[in-house]
Amino acid sequence: MNPNLLLAIPMLPLAAAIIAGLGGRLIGRTASALLAIAGVAGACLLSVQVLSALLHGAASYNATVYTWLLSDGVNMQVGFLIDRLSALMMVVVTFVSLCVHVYTIGYMHDDDGFQRFFAYIALFTFAMLMLVMSNNFLQLFFGWEAVGVVSYLLIGFWYTRPSAIFANLKAFLVNRVGDFGFLLGIAGVLYYTGSLDYQVAFDQAPQIATHTLHIAGTAAGWPAITVICICLFIGAMGKSAQVPLHVWLPDSMEGPTPISALIHAATMVTAGIFMVARMSPLFEQSDTALSFVLVIGATTALFMGFLGIVNNDIKRVVAYSTLSQLGYMTVALGASAYSVAIFHLMTHAFFKALLFLAAGAVIIAMHHEQDMRKMGGLRHRMPVTYWTSLIGALALIGTPFFSGFYSKDALIEAVHASHRWGSGYAYFCVTAGVFVTAFYTFRMIFMTFHGESRLDHHAEEHFHDVGWNMKGPLVALAIPSLLIGYFTVGPELFGGYFGSSIRVLDANDVVAEVGRDFHGAASFAEHSVLHLPLWLALLGVLSAWHFVLRRPQQATAIQERFGWLYRLLVNKYYFDWFNENVLARASRGLGLALWKGGDQAVIDGVIVDGSAGAVGWIAGRVRLIQSGFLYSYAFWMIVGLVLILGWLLFAGAGPAAQS
Amino acid sequence: MHGIDILSLLIWLPIGGGLALLALGDGNARLARWLALLVAFATFVLCLPLWQGFDTATASFQYVERLSWISQLHADYHLGVDGISLPLIQLTTFMTVPVIIAGWSVVEKRPAQYYAAFLILEGLMIGVFCALDALLFYFFWEAMLIPMFLIIGIWGGPRRVYATLKFFLYTFLGSVLMLVALIYLYLAAGDYTISGFQSLPLTLIEQRWIFLAFLVAFAVKVPMWPVHTWLPDAHVEAPTGGSVILAAIMLKMGGYGLLRFSLPITPDASRELDWLVIGLSLIAVVYIGFVALMQSDMKKLIAYSSVAHMGFVTLGAFLAFDIQASTGALAGAVNGLDGAMVQMISHGLISGALFLCIGVMYDRLHSREISAYGGVINVMPKFGAFMVLFALANSGLPGTSGFVGEFLVILAAFKANFWYAFLAATTLILGAAYTLWLVKRVIFGPVANDQVAAMKDLNGREFLVLAMLALAVLALGLWPAPLVQTMEATVQHLLQQLSLSKIPAV
Repeated sequence: MNPNLLLAIPMLPLAAAIIAGLGGRLIGRTASALLAIAGVAGACLLSVQVLSALLHGAASYNATVYTWLLSDGVNMQVGFLIDRLSALMMVVVTFVSLCVHVYTIGYMHDDDGFQRFFAYIALFTFAMLMLVMSNNFLQLFFGWEAVGVVSYLLIGFWYTRPSAIFANLKAFLVNRVGDFGFLLGIAGVLYYTGSLDYQVAFDQAPQIATHTLHIAGTAAGWPAITVICICLFIGAMGKSAQVPLHVWLPDSMEGPTPISALIHAATMVTAGIFMVARMSPLFEQSDTALSFVLVIGATTALFMGFLGIVNNDIKRVVAYSTLSQLGYMTVALGASAYSVAIFHLMTHAFFKALLFLAAGAVIIAMHHEQDMRKMGGLRHRMPVTYWTSLIGALALIGTPFFSGFYSKDALIEAVHASHRWGSGYAYFCVTAGVFVTAFYTFRMIFMTFHGESRLDHHAEEHFHDVGWNMKGPLVALAIPSLLIGYFTVGPELFGGYFGSSIRVLDANDVVAEVGRDFHGAASFAEHSVLHLPLWLALLGVLSAWHFVLRRPQQATAIQERFGWLYRLLVNKYYFDWFNENVLARASRGLGLALWKGGDQAVIDGVIVDGSAGAVGWIAGRVRLIQSGFLYSYAFWMIVGLVLILGWLLFAGAGPAAQS
Repeated sequence: MHGIDILSLLIWLPIGGGLALLALGDGNARLARWLALLVAFATFVLCLPLWQGFDTATASFQYVERLSWISQLHADYHLGVDGISLPLIQLTTFMTVPVIIAGWSVVEKRPAQYYAAFLILEGLMIGVFCALDALLFYFFWEAMLIPMFLIIGIWGGPRRVYATLKFFLYTFLGSVLMLVALIYLYLAAGDYTISGFQSLPLTLIEQRWIFLAFLVAFAVKVPMWPVHTWLPDAHVEAPTGGSVILAAIMLKMGGYGLLRFSLPITPDASRELDWLVIGLSLIAVVYIGFVALMQSDMKKLIAYSSVAHMGFVTLGAFLAFDIQASTGALAGAVNGLDGAMVQMISHGLISGALFLCIGVMYDRLHSREISAYGGVINVMPKFGAFMVLFALANSGLPGTSGFVGEFLVILAAFKANFWYAFLAATTLILGAAYTLWLVKRVIFGPVANDQVAAMKDLNGREFLVLAMLALAVLALGLWPAPLVQTMEATVQHLLQQLSLSKIPAV
């Protein structure tokens, strides 16, 4: 592979971002948009070319671009590892990004920050590409933090809104909690392998497993590999919004919808999933860490799904759905089914970006109304949005032949095949989650597009369907949402697509076990009638239909009957309450106590003022400064010093012994 | 011989320029400004060729000048640079330029003397970093306090007398102890050459006392917890330029002293008492992080942030012994020392930039209170962009210089002890919390009041100053390799010095 072409892939969006960001006012709106689109389109085309070269047998590429820093023999560099895993991610990222770029022209049309927005999303594309293309932990961390910063800037894009700037600070800080663990994990990798290079670290993974780390007082200590993997996974929990670090993602919906689709559904939030898959050689060495991953993911998958049921904000429903689906991917990682996780990541990127952009189209058509209770009956008024949303929804709930079906069914089967501690719980969660997913998804579809119109006067007056620059991306995303699973499930999961980029120990290889029953995509779909998930999904859709369209009053009755449960869900299990009232308050209280008590009372009060006598005496002298006379005196003091020094220097002895 | 003694020129050119400004008087402010800028810029440019001729392969001092100074005391006018002092000298000459420009139309009171103070201060600070003779070092070390006292005392805020006094008391205490230690070393060694002190055999008991005396002097300057309380007060009262120089350069004197004096002169005591420095450093990172969170005065907040960030300097410098104890080897110790050095340079740039940003706002609204602001980006978009960039750099964003030092130190800390790394890494959360919360309240949000609504965006001069610093922060963040390579041989040599015992064989 040509290194310059590879370098061009992240550099094109970066160049567009810099020009649109610094010179946006100069070159104007249209030029900024076209430039950003051209940059991302170029990156997309090159990524497709890279993927196709790899599929036609080209060897993986692993080389350094430049040495960032060399310290103590540790070579910290910027470099690329391009194999089938990273190439797949590059194509997904640039394709979704391209769709979002085009869609943005329409969505942000009336916004004053038009150029700034394009600069940000192009910059995001650059950062995300650096993350997935990296061949080392340093650059991974760079990309990791850089996507976080762009996310911070974009959530707070409308910076005059108090809710937006609250949400972006929250997102950044919660992510930093994850990064805290992530950085410790990276430091651990360096400690045991002496290198930040993936290849070196992966090759030494079995050796790390022989070490123990004495972090607590116990004599036995912890297996080093488990500590490292859990630390790395804490990073993934932040970025990929796993319980309890998920709290930032629903609030991130304060940002404009295109970035909810791009960053908070399709790409950035999946960085954690990608990272763990990339680190499969490390994680495979620790069953404990993988069980931890499994349980966290399962909890997120089911319990975040519940929250989608009680929400009435169309974007937040999709956001909770994203949380739940990220949980699914995490479960797959925990079951050692890394390829399935990446497969679900890919299909999810398409159908979830689609659902977000469709929700955005509805919001724009409704003149910035997000409450589904004020929608209804929109299917006739925005047919393209309706049909594409329906495709996205069917893919999300796992309808046979749709892309989401293949990834989700394979995922559930893989968890079923796993014997790892926690896999029983995980299997229950992901299976029950199918019903929940179908229920909230179709509740959303029915409330938005079906039934009677509940539009208020304002929305009715301003209602207008969106133009083709917004519908076009919906269609472009609907096609892979529908088809990509059918065509890629065979090769990607069971055809050895990932090769050596994902390493699974034979004993853990649940995907191979699932593959034994795989006889082509069509028969895989046909066999689903024998499995529970399909019927659970159907039941979910029917329940949604019953409670939304047929007997809405029953939903209200249940809500009242189970008031405590409803309150628990509406309050999001009180995570936010706890963080704001306990953690944040305790931090502020601690800060205040240390400042007033430690700094002011003890250090200044006792120690400094302890020498109060001296203070008083000298204060009397120094007070002269105030009167304005001492300053010149002091200046002449310096002059005097200089003169004395000069005199000693030149009038004194000649040059002394040279050293 | 170099034909001209470039280090002397770097010291005396700004001092000479300062004296010329004093002689010129305050009558012609315009001329004074341009002259000051010319001198500061010339000093900066003169410093650049030092890199060209600097041999990165050796740890010995370069551009050495040596003249007999006070022959009765065997003290020489002895200058030279190595990989540790060269970047700090460059930082000094670099940061003086924006300070001069930043005062341009703001300082109306005794302008010539204002610029003179900064130029003389610059020369003296360069002297501190160049001095290879301990008495000469002490001379510069003490002398540079005078212009700083004056800057705070004359151009400072309402409580400047209290602040100056506190500053004076703290530093005086440290300096006296350092002088005693230096005299003791002189009596043992026979002259004041620092490298002589470094190779002087000392018993553990001697080393302990000397180490502690040095530690007090340098800890006050860094400043380390618990001798840091002078810093917020000094910053609050100092004019913008004074804060910039204080944060960017003067705090580095403490870190420099630890690397130049404490570690190589008293390696055995450093090994024995490293827990003290490491403990205080970690307290600085965590404790001060929480304290910074609760500040309502922007300058105090950045002052506390400085204490927390300088904690990484002292932590990185003293990790070697625990790394050796925990892994049986010194691999990774250089990461810590490199990290400490890079952190000093980076903190100089970032804290300087943040104080300049606060100065820009203060010039418009005459308040440092966070609550007086809100939504500044609505009326000052260019300024807002810079402020957000520097805030992110202060939170250690990769790609900016703020990341490099902290990253290296955390990597090294993990080798010494998991919990060191754990506590140090909390800066990721705390640093982001106090810095970005500040940004949220000051920069973002709706326009808070009429005064904010009337604020004008950066003028060309302010833009230039912040752009200079932004470029430096990004350049160092994206490619720190050249800086680290410059230090390589010196740091390796330092590691060798601190790993060898100096206790005389009985």
